[in-house]
Amino acid sequence: MRSTILVATAFALGVAPARAERPADFEAAFAAEARAADPAFASFSATRGKLFFGATHGGDWSCVSCHTKDPSAVGEHVVTGKRIEPLAPAANPERFSDPASVEKWFKRNCNDVLKRLCTAQEKGDVLAWLMTPGAGGGR
Amino acid sequence: MKTCIRILIVSSTVAVAALTAGPSAAKSPRAPLLPAYVEECGSCHIAFPGRMLDAASWRAVNAGLDQHFGVDASVDAKTLEPIRAYLASTAREHPTTADGIPLLRITETRWFRHEHDEVPGRLWKGPGAVKPADCAACHRNAAEGSYSERSLHLPKKGEAK
Repeated sequence: MRSTILVATAFALGVAPARAERPADFEAAFAAEARAADPAFASFSATRGKLFFGATHGGDWSCVSCHTKDPSAVGEHVVTGKRIEPLAPAANPERFSDPASVEKWFKRNCNDVLKRLCTAQEKGDVLAWLMTPGAGGGR
Repeated sequence: MKTCIRILIVSSTVAVAALTAGPSAAKSPRAPLLPAYVEECGSCHIAFPGRMLDAASWRAVNAGLDQHFGVDASVDAKTLEPIRAYLASTAREHPTTADGIPLLRITETRWFRHEHDEVPGRLWKGPGAVKPADCAACHRNAAEGSYSERSLHLPKKGEAK
């Protein structure tokens, strides 16, 4: 009983928070990964990221299907109708702050849209676009 | 002093509630949803309370999360374990099977169809229709696991979203 209370108190006080990172940290990590995969890697492209985000990649869905064309806007799951909070970090500070969450969602959603995992180049391109003012990133 | 007494009373109530909380309390419609369950399973749809499917149905759902109604909803084994236990302990006692096979879609269960047989058909069909998995379109407190009739609101056509 006492340990239960202690654990509950620890959670309530936020003693063990998840490690918070910034979007730029993820961009740097994707860049390192992309360079390791391809020594010719130069940089990420927001333009390429935007195109990737809107493309169906041979399936029925694109990222836009749920997240909408404006990543600073609230989205809606295409099947269930569930509200999806904005994806652009400037519109939603929770985005690109938790490594486990970022990894989980890229895995799930890339499998949904592309039927495979995304490359570091693709993830970095999309993030570059999400961080661009005007992509919802600068309002 | 008065504040101290109030805190004492509240603390004792919480302690008693924690001591008496057993499996039956977890099944109560007012029992809070497991946070890990809401986190993992409540992003793409409402975190459906355990009481909506029986244990066999939940086991079948959890066994196929990488192909979950056409999407990848995989959860790593360590995270999934407490969710499995939570769903097993709060599962519906009455079977949710068809011809002995566990149903995965809540909307196909007998209890769901019975509970919704008075809902006007126009709400489910056509443009602006309520998506069947979107409990919160009518059950305004569904995200917290509450489906009481007091919080029920049938949207007008096209008003759902």
